[in-house]
Amino acid sequence: MKFGVVVFPGSNCDHDAFYALGNVLHKPVEFIWHQSQDLANCDAIILPGGFSYGDYLRTGAIARFSPVMKSVEKFANSGGMVLGICNGFQTLCEAGLLPGAMMRNSGLRFICRPVHIRVEQTDTPFTNAARKGQILKIPIAHSDGCYTADESDIADLEKNKQILFRYTTPDGVGRSAAAQEEDDAAGNPNGSMHNIAGICNRERNVAGLMPHPERAVESALDSADGLVIFQSMVEALVGAAKATA
Amino acid sequence: MATALTEIKVTPEIAGEHGVTAEEYARIQKILGRDPNITELGIFSVMWSEHCSYKSSKVHLKRLPTRGKLVVQGPGENAGVVDIGDGLVAAFKIESHNHPSYVEPFQGATTGVGGILRDIFTMGARPIAVLDSLRFGEITPNKNTSPEDAAKNRRILDGVIRGVGHYGNCFGVPTVGGEVSFEPCYSQNPLVNALALGIARKEEIFLAKAKGIGNPVIYVGAKTGRDGIHGASLLASAEFTEESQQKRPNVQVGDPFVEKLLLEACLEAMRTGAVVAIQDMGAAGLTCSTMEMASRGGTGIEIDLAKVPQRETGMTPYEIMLSESQERMLLVAEKGREREVLDVFKKWGLDAVVVGTVTEGGLAVIKNHGAVAAQIPAHPLAEEGPVYNRPLAAPAPRVESEKDWFPFAPEKTNLTENFKKLLASPAIASKRWITEQYDTSVRTNTLAGPGASDAAIVRIKESEKNGPDGKKTMRALALATDGNGRWCQLNPRVGAMHAVAEAARNVATSGARPIAATNCLNFGSPEKPEVMWQFSQAIDGIGEACTALGTPITGGNVSFYNETLGKSIYPTPVIGILGILDDSSKAVKIAFRNPGDIIVLLDGASEFATSEFARELSSSEYSKTIAAIVAGEPPAIDLAAEKRLIDCLVGLAAAGTVQSAHDISDGGLAVTLAESCFAANGLGATISLTEISPAEYALFSERGARVLLSVSPTNLAAVLATARQYSVGAKELGHVTRDNALRIEFQGHAAIDSPLDVLRDVWANSLERTLATR
Repeated sequence: MKFGVVVFPGSNCDHDAFYALGNVLHKPVEFIWHQSQDLANCDAIILPGGFSYGDYLRTGAIARFSPVMKSVEKFANSGGMVLGICNGFQTLCEAGLLPGAMMRNSGLRFICRPVHIRVEQTDTPFTNAARKGQILKIPIAHSDGCYTADESDIADLEKNKQILFRYTTPDGVGRSAAAQEEDDAAGNPNGSMHNIAGICNRERNVAGLMPHPERAVESALDSADGLVIFQSMVEALVGAAKATA
Repeated sequence: MATALTEIKVTPEIAGEHGVTAEEYARIQKILGRDPNITELGIFSVMWSEHCSYKSSKVHLKRLPTRGKLVVQGPGENAGVVDIGDGLVAAFKIESHNHPSYVEPFQGATTGVGGILRDIFTMGARPIAVLDSLRFGEITPNKNTSPEDAAKNRRILDGVIRGVGHYGNCFGVPTVGGEVSFEPCYSQNPLVNALALGIARKEEIFLAKAKGIGNPVIYVGAKTGRDGIHGASLLASAEFTEESQQKRPNVQVGDPFVEKLLLEACLEAMRTGAVVAIQDMGAAGLTCSTMEMASRGGTGIEIDLAKVPQRETGMTPYEIMLSESQERMLLVAEKGREREVLDVFKKWGLDAVVVGTVTEGGLAVIKNHGAVAAQIPAHPLAEEGPVYNRPLAAPAPRVESEKDWFPFAPEKTNLTENFKKLLASPAIASKRWITEQYDTSVRTNTLAGPGASDAAIVRIKESEKNGPDGKKTMRALALATDGNGRWCQLNPRVGAMHAVAEAARNVATSGARPIAATNCLNFGSPEKPEVMWQFSQAIDGIGEACTALGTPITGGNVSFYNETLGKSIYPTPVIGILGILDDSSKAVKIAFRNPGDIIVLLDGASEFATSEFARELSSSEYSKTIAAIVAGEPPAIDLAAEKRLIDCLVGLAAAGTVQSAHDISDGGLAVTLAESCFAANGLGATISLTEISPAEYALFSERGARVLLSVSPTNLAAVLATARQYSVGAKELGHVTRDNALRIEFQGHAAIDSPLDVLRDVWANSLERTLATR
């Protein structure tokens, strides 16, 4: 089992993802340079947070054209496990590996704070170790995290159960049970449609989320709730290895 | 115009337009043995500007203590360096970017952060934290501030906050702390002081000394443009007038993405072993970097400007040498190994070009397409600039009497309404709206970000080792910045001592041992004797306090000419103090933890007596907010008491016997108590005070050397014993409660009694409500 963390120029959460996987979970992990088309036989790829290529056009808009993304697309299309965090999520949307797009936060400002997200689906390699309805406290840090998609895409996401995480209040109920309450009182920090914090593709092997699970992997850092996402990936890889053995 | 510039015949009048005095011009002629050409004049003018040469402050700065057991590098390099154990060192420094931030708040603030980050990684250290110490004019209209001015100040604040955030967020360094405060005097001249901290292995530290005759000089990073020309001389070294907005072209423009690439590339290039020396291009750009590297190394240097990567065509040597384009570095490589260095920068997509060589003798030769554009002996230029012992004059003593001071409310007055006003004042109110715009958690080292502890705490992953019990431990560093301009205006020496003491106390309250300091000295025009007197007094105060508290000054900067239309800012020395926490798991935060815990006041002053309650309280935030009175004197300071308290706090943290600790500063004991409640969701507090002073003094005095603890009943005896051991007074005031209320009883009467939610609402939301009003 080996994880690969892609390094774009401007990635700045690459070391944090590396540390969470390598030093906290003690799993093999290596960096993959953006110019490389060789994914070094990694079994799962992380696209980390940051400001790839400066993000001067749109977030992730340049990164999707980098040499490494050609290989990541191929890897994803053949069933490989890919997780995009923050800028990585934005890049996956730009690359068309996930539906939708990220707009400027509804408050028009960068926000960094712990948020609460509810695990909506547990039948994916990113959430299989979590409980359905489990509330995770994980920080966000972004300017452009307002998840937006057209009505039919949103309907598909809901119908196919591709919404993995939704922003919520600490008690998990939001202001009301309705998924449409898209404001701060519902725990939604950025105006994302349907309080969407993270989604996966229809095949369930590619996922993205705006919160930073790699920043919530030790109690000393205020929360270790992000670990469950990486542990899920580990379990999925172990399961896959057993299945092929 | 631009091309004709080189042919301009230099006269003393043109020198004058460059801010060079007749006397300085004569000195230039003497060093060169001839008249300078226009490029040389430009070089001298920036190198000898107040900003770069410290010509008015040098004679005073010598009085600061700079040596200490742990100091690896004191003032004079890009940043101070201290030994933090385990073969690791910390590089840290604070610097101002005040004038650019007034002219162009967003860009001014970004380049302020960018500049200080470059100073840190130029030393070979990876930046791990940034703190910002910000001062603005009043953001709510009052009798000294018109609605228009308040609106303008809110816009400046907004731009500065966005700028600070943008640079750090994109670069990938957490902005973990600092302070924000407001006084009318900063309305035309905000202060933006940025502190950066970096970590390196001790043997990896790089210095900016050119060495090795024949070694290639390499230019790396962003291309040179016409931005920021004369930023150091005309912008930073002159006061503002009505035409200051015209100085916008003197402000540099920052690009944090390029800086991030530059960071990674520089650290990687340094690891090749082929880099001999490195210097960033900050103030005075290519001029300062070439001249200082040669001067420090005792060598000459020769470069050809035609090889410098340029953003636009037709730039003259004068413009290239004086440009302050950001995100550029100059380095010296080992001859024959330049390819290794160039390859690293190519990998990161950055320009890297050999522009010259290190030469014998001491001459700096600047060519353009082979023709000599400037020829100056580097050492005399860098080290033999003018030094001024400017005249000092103490202002006439203020004649004040009781009627000028704070009028105490009648006995037994309920002070809850006043307390709410205080909690809502911008200086005291929660800064969450600001700090949430900063990435505080990237790099996953932040153990205490803004407001969680009295100091920002970042752990050092590189220091991880197995403790005696087999458990892994890590060290952490704690950092705090402080500075009270109002107190320094009333008494610069005592005010400056308080700045040091409070920063050190904040660090110790977080559990860390204060070890070193950095300072940013923001003052008015040095040409005014009363400003120089303030400066001299402040230096004495800082020196005395740093000596007493064992925190030598390792670097920093001086920012003069902070005045507009002849009116100076309050003298505002800002002190940053660094501390070491041997075991990061022992960090102490401000939040109350458990109902039933006992609230204890630690007071370093074993015996305290003042009868001048009104005079002292008149200098407080409470007096300013409630009575609009700023007068009297800052609280008397007792450095020995501060030191005892610091040692006691470090001892308590190591023993792990306290649940929370929060120092008493702006707003006094009542604010400290409330903040410990606010940080602990759902806990209240009840205390009673029995002082002989008026109630408002007991609740709101900002007298130093005091900290409020919460202690579990089982640890109380141990805490009291530790306090006795350090000769620190300890008094039980009350306890943490489960109910939603804050109660302070004074001599048997309720002085403050309020549901916590009501207090929390004004404290938590006032700033956002104010700033949402455009």
